[in-house]
Amino acid sequence: MLFLIIKRILLGFITLFIVSIITFVGTEILPGDACTTYLERQAFGEQLEACYRRLGLNVPAYERYVSWALNAIQGDFGYSLSGEMPIKEVLGPRIKNSLVLASAAIFIGIPIALILGIITALWRDKLPDVAISTVTIFAMTIPEFISATLLILIIAIWLEWLPGIVIVPTDVSFLELLPNIILPVVAIAMIMTAHMARMVRSSVIQVMASEYVQMAILKGVPYWKMVFKHVLPNALLPAINVVALTIAWLLGGVVVTEVVFNYPGLGRLVIESISNRDLPTVQALAIILASIYVSINLLADLLTLILNPRLKTLQIRK
Amino acid sequence: MKLDNIYKEEKKSAIAKLSEIIITMASRPSGLIGLSILVFHIILAFISPYIAPHDFKAIDPTLMLQAPSAEYWFGTDDLGRDVFTRTILGGRTALTITFFGSLIALLWGGLLGIFCGLVGGKIDDVVMRIVDAFLSIPWILAMLLIVSLLGTSTEVLIPALGFFYGKGIVRVARAATHDVIAKDFIVSAKARGHSNFSIIWNEIIPNVRDAILVEGAMRWSWMLLGFSSLSFLGFGVSPPTPDWGLMISNARGLMSFAYWAVIAPIVGLSSLIIGINLTADAFAKALGIDRSTKAPV
Repeated sequence: MLFLIIKRILLGFITLFIVSIITFVGTEILPGDACTTYLERQAFGEQLEACYRRLGLNVPAYERYVSWALNAIQGDFGYSLSGEMPIKEVLGPRIKNSLVLASAAIFIGIPIALILGIITALWRDKLPDVAISTVTIFAMTIPEFISATLLILIIAIWLEWLPGIVIVPTDVSFLELLPNIILPVVAIAMIMTAHMARMVRSSVIQVMASEYVQMAILKGVPYWKMVFKHVLPNALLPAINVVALTIAWLLGGVVVTEVVFNYPGLGRLVIESISNRDLPTVQALAIILASIYVSINLLADLLTLILNPRLKTLQIRK
Repeated sequence: MKLDNIYKEEKKSAIAKLSEIIITMASRPSGLIGLSILVFHIILAFISPYIAPHDFKAIDPTLMLQAPSAEYWFGTDDLGRDVFTRTILGGRTALTITFFGSLIALLWGGLLGIFCGLVGGKIDDVVMRIVDAFLSIPWILAMLLIVSLLGTSTEVLIPALGFFYGKGIVRVARAATHDVIAKDFIVSAKARGHSNFSIIWNEIIPNVRDAILVEGAMRWSWMLLGFSSLSFLGFGVSPPTPDWGLMISNARGLMSFAYWAVIAPIVGLSSLIIGINLTADAFAKALGIDRSTKAPV
């Protein structure tokens, strides 16, 4: 058991190590380097030399990788090109803002997804299921920027209930942020909830068809007791991994949503740094987003491993 | 499955099999809706240049932001261009690029996955670690970086999308290969001394083809979503090419008084994505593959 946990954690670190190489090599082999892309037409002579020296680009690539990676582990990503600020300081408030958005969406989304998923599974192919499933298909297939745009059009412009875009400084207090983030949170939670609800539904349906549930029905266990005691604990376990993957997948979608609502989070920083050709910031963002992805997955793996006694023996046999 | 069923299936031609699958797909209401939307969009993409009532790039300052009328069915946008014309033309680029993109994704992802599943061992471990690493970088970051450095031409977008959406197929193809790899016919092919290539081509591909095709169909709708997100962010096709993502992003700022310019492309893009999604789902069900528990990665 302990061995398995350590192995999973080590695998996570190996993945991150490869990610760091990919981002480094990727920004390296693409035409031009940080200095030429940033200076564009003025990339010659004195200025180019100065830029190389400032960023330490005059040493071989592998040496730069080692020093960059060592600093990155300690949370120091160097200086951003456009803002001339330490990337660490640029990232801090952005990460906080994105976390607020994501956790609000998760806390709203998971309970709703569970309820919807269970309802649709228990009333499978009946009216509640057909109605809810149709809505969830729409919610999960429509691109984030479309649902966000429609939300702004209907709630903010036609009904005038909430502000349509977020106009706040990057380092705003939570209470000031609250009315501004309702629409972005709804936009993100909608897609996530739809995904999770469908997965909970199929998981519950699978368990309902299993032999021990049939046995419980034959034994005459009351319906709701059977649902809560036999079905749900077994059905929700595999959902943990899926929920983690959905959250991780949404990291990409959050970028678009943040741009639509002009929200000062990590996602908008992605667009800003790419538009400004700020490669050091892009590298830092790639590593941070990949770390979030890897740790969410790791957490889900460990959680399933700890909660499911059957998996322990299964894994060891493998 | 009964033996005589298997024999019957072998005898049928590819066209007969395909038409049978399509009939099965259309027999469910969701499949029928999905198929008709998809077919409608494909036909529209072919004929729209001939039926478009106006020039898609004709700018006319006197016609700015006109409400829908008999002359301009969906109104005009902020440059006085006809929204109806631009909407029916808006899916062509997206459909073409994502269709060829998913073909590339299907090919390299499927073949690499099958290869890894077959050989296993060290090569498999290394490749899967690299695939995992690529999976953990958000697609949007990687795509934006490539597009901003290499440009937004079709020659860049198709391989880039094909590459980034193929890495998930590697996993699916590998898992499907693992399911058949221990079967007797593979073991005996190995014992007969067939090469890896022959085993992949004759024994594995016919057995994992369905699973990979279904995955590819699903990727198509995600790729379309990704591509239109890129256009929306200004990193996709360049103006004045009519494209739904671009149209939505342009008309968004003015939607408080010209909502028609944003609604029309929204309907176009959403219906296409929903159509492909429903079709892919029906396709999976017709082939007897359950992908309801799969995560969107």
